[in-house]
Amino acid sequence: MSDELFRLTIHQAAGLLRRREITSVELTQAVLERIYAVDNAVRAYLSLMPEAALERAAAADCALAAADDPASLPALLGIPLAIKDVILVEGAPTTCGSKMLEDFVSPFEATVIGKLRAAGAVLLGKTNTDEFAMGSSTENSAFVATRNPWDLSRVPGGSSGGSAAAVAADECLAALGSDTGGSVRQPAALCGVVGIKPTYGRVSRYGLTAFASSLDQIGCLTKDVTDAALLLHAIAGHDPLDSTSMDAPIPDYAAALGLARSETGQSYEARSETGQSFGALGLARSETGQSYETSVALAGLRPSQPLHGLRVGVPREYFIDGMQPEVEQAVRAAIDALVSLGAELREISLPHTQYALPVYYLIAPAEASANLARYDGVRYGLRHPDAQTMWEGFKLSRGAGFGPEVKRRIMLGAYALSAGYYDAYYLKAQQVRTLLKRDFDLAFQQVDVIAAPVSPTTAFRVGEKADDPMSMYLADVFTLSLNLAGNCGLSVPCGFDLQGLPIGLQLIGPAFGEAAILRAAYAYEQATDWRARRPVVGERWPVNGKRRTVNGKR
Amino acid sequence: MYHVVIGMELHAQLQTQSKMFCGCSADYWAAPPNSHVCPVCLAMPGVLPVINAKAVEQTVRAGLALNCQIAPFSVFARKNYHYPDLPKGYQISQYELPLCHDGWLLIEGEDGQPKRIGIRRAHLEEDTGKSIHVGPLGPGSERADHPTDGATLIDLNRAGLPLLEIVTEADMASGEEAYRYLVKLRTILRTLGVNSGDMEKGAMRCEVNLSLRTAEQAAAGQYGVKVEVKNLNSFKAVRDSIAYEIQRQTAVLDGGRAVRQVTMGWDENRRCTVVQRGKESSEDYRYFPEPDLPPLELSRAWVEGVRASLPELPDARAARFVRDCGLTARDAALLTVERAVADWFEAAVAAYGGAPREVANWVTGQLFALLKSEEGDIASLPFQPAELADLIRLVDAGTINRNTGKKVLEQMVATGQPPAAIVEAQGLAQLSDEADLVQVIDALLAANPGEVAKYRAGKTSLLGWFMGQVMKETRGKANPDLVRRLVTQRLDG
Ligand SMILES: [Zn+2]
Repeated sequence: MSDELFRLTIHQAAGLLRRREITSVELTQAVLERIYAVDNAVRAYLSLMPEAALERAAAADCALAAADDPASLPALLGIPLAIKDVILVEGAPTTCGSKMLEDFVSPFEATVIGKLRAAGAVLLGKTNTDEFAMGSSTENSAFVATRNPWDLSRVPGGSSGGSAAAVAADECLAALGSDTGGSVRQPAALCGVVGIKPTYGRVSRYGLTAFASSLDQIGCLTKDVTDAALLLHAIAGHDPLDSTSMDAPIPDYAAALGLARSETGQSYEARSETGQSFGALGLARSETGQSYETSVALAGLRPSQPLHGLRVGVPREYFIDGMQPEVEQAVRAAIDALVSLGAELREISLPHTQYALPVYYLIAPAEASANLARYDGVRYGLRHPDAQTMWEGFKLSRGAGFGPEVKRRIMLGAYALSAGYYDAYYLKAQQVRTLLKRDFDLAFQQVDVIAAPVSPTTAFRVGEKADDPMSMYLADVFTLSLNLAGNCGLSVPCGFDLQGLPIGLQLIGPAFGEAAILRAAYAYEQATDWRARRPVVGERWPVNGKRRTVNGKR
Repeated sequence: MYHVVIGMELHAQLQTQSKMFCGCSADYWAAPPNSHVCPVCLAMPGVLPVINAKAVEQTVRAGLALNCQIAPFSVFARKNYHYPDLPKGYQISQYELPLCHDGWLLIEGEDGQPKRIGIRRAHLEEDTGKSIHVGPLGPGSERADHPTDGATLIDLNRAGLPLLEIVTEADMASGEEAYRYLVKLRTILRTLGVNSGDMEKGAMRCEVNLSLRTAEQAAAGQYGVKVEVKNLNSFKAVRDSIAYEIQRQTAVLDGGRAVRQVTMGWDENRRCTVVQRGKESSEDYRYFPEPDLPPLELSRAWVEGVRASLPELPDARAARFVRDCGLTARDAALLTVERAVADWFEAAVAAYGGAPREVANWVTGQLFALLKSEEGDIASLPFQPAELADLIRLVDAGTINRNTGKKVLEQMVATGQPPAAIVEAQGLAQLSDEADLVQVIDALLAANPGEVAKYRAGKTSLLGWFMGQVMKETRGKANPDLVRRLVTQRLDG
């Protein structure tokens, strides 16, 4: 069995670990082997910490062996995870996908990493990202373009493309990403995994390299909804080091799914009935070429109505001309499925949606222009060797350290903030942002959850949009409103297009409404079998030597 | 003659234990370079600021003491510019919604009348680090031998320290008024315990805005071109640079030319101002609200609590000196300009036990004159306030007369010896023994029969001459009242 352990979800692995059927070292070793086997093709990781990971796995095994009541141990104990390379891990490189930080090794770590360590999680390595999280394809990484495990000629989405691809290709059990305008949800949709962007303030940003401070939020990329609930629970909470984090109660998200604890008595084993399915997944893709027709999947619906009474809003502004037809079909079918599960449907309007994109591309670059000012080569990071004077040092280091998309956004942001333009651009954008937030506030007076597409298309080809920033920006048109409004959203797989590429359903909740969207996503996930289809990643791809092996803090 | 219009910006380091947005110790003076730093004040990737509550409280204390409105809702903002000693590439400051605004401070105007200097705003921000520019590589030398030549060295111990910025209205009309404003402000900040007042160590840094205008312009409410003066490292530099700038701008205007809008720096060695930056290169700081910090909301109750905890401030103290000590308003004002002086005065009054007014006369008269000529301050006096009280009591008791007292005080300032010891050692005690004085007077009258005759013939103005001769004979120690009585007695009798 051990050769297939990498296919496990967190909750499956947690059950096996607690029953002592597997060890964390076996699990971690299996995942590392998987990485060695497929990452030359997928290129999800920028750096790996195999020794530190195995040491932490051994420590987890000791804790598991010593525990009188293994069920009381943290869900993430001994679980191998991947971390997007914009989140600081002490002793490990944090490049942010940028030449600027190519040699930067973090002397401290993010609050979320501290929480994962406290829960006993095993950290495998750092995943690829668009430079400073600016992009929607992970092609803006200064080091390597990550590939979509479903089709290696395609992008995984971005900017958390490395994390999404790693989860999809079973190169980790789950991963952390960050979402500023859709950077968790969009790659999750394009890679066929679950991705949740929590409410702004739900998770500490301390130790997350800032792109746009008022929009950034750390999120989770997981193989299923239960895992998203478990991982979010582990990282959520107020942090005295982040003044924008909220001191709001943290629900037991797994319990909120509606059946996990009550059904099995043993937490995290909600799907133990299907626990064996990971042994027979290799065939999924070849077998089900037609399954974008969601009706097939709906045949497996449970008779019960777990979403009875849930009011689901469908915003008319989120179904636009130019969307890929299969995406619209799949999302509408998923909405029908929610109705079959007992939800009530309401058509709603989010009238300012059309302004979200321009507003986002004023506010995010404005904040980024200041956030990226610290990379000057003085204290750390790239310092250009040819600089003769102080000012030359700034210019040459920043000129060489930043890629074109980062420079584009810094200039855009500096312009929007400059004297004479501030009122017309930045201030106006903030005013419209208030209207966007009010759209959601009004909508959530009528509905509990909003259902919408995540991305207008499935994964596009590597290079297809690389030279066209505007069409790349449009990839986030359905996701960035949430970041501007501050509320939460997730992407859950809801089908495949004609080429077998995954499609995501976006479920949007009000501020601190994570439990509601997770519950709806879980019911939908349980009623469908999209998760049964997994990508088959070949091993015939050429070696790419950009990944580094390092040893982080043990 | 032109009207002078002066406004001032002062940056005062607050006296907190830790920095403005991180936990590093704020006690950085003389620490090795870059020893008081952490990921936050080094601006590592991913770090976030957390507001130091003590700094907010100290700012509000200052704002209340300066009669400001305290904003129930204020916002931090990013001020963007690149410099190697500014780690984040922006300074967290306040821009549109400062913590304190619209206050005032009272000084003695040039005309001797109380004058209000308006406080436009008082806000909180963070300090920068220090850049040390090392001279360029010498000819023929290698960088390897002199690794820091031509380099800019950065010390970030100071980076992130809390700074209170106080901006006045353009209400001051002379260098003297600016100086008085600064002295008064320093006293207030020290009294509040929010600033050390140590300008030489950079704990207080100020910038002056100065413009000249004609009487016609003033009447029309117009202003002249404003020049900013920086690099003022002492109170004296403030006063001197203003005097210099007034002279310079007057010459420019008298010559029929226009004053350029520039930033000048005070050159302490050459004692003149030099152009630092023209208007054309003035920076656009691209201020915007700091997204990492929520707006600061202060409840009314909390602000009132701070107000209730304020110590007695100089104006209130002066009022008390007038009310309870019977001082003149002028003496009271003079004694409360600096807290150390007022404290010293009150200690002397307590030790004296007599009329406080008597102590005030000695302090504001002879003592201030001595301090001024010695360029010293009250804290550096080599004797205690109680010893001034001893001196005044010696005068009261008639042991020495007032003039001798002044001389004794001079020696106290110079040597620190107690007054009784000085009187004793130099035999300065007053001659008050009638028999002794009568002997001296009789000898004098016997030696000057002509003068005696003139006096008795009606030239009574000679009394002064007789008294002077007695004082001369007794080396000034004779009790003048007694001498007058005895001389009159002998001449008239
Ligand atoms: Zn610090």
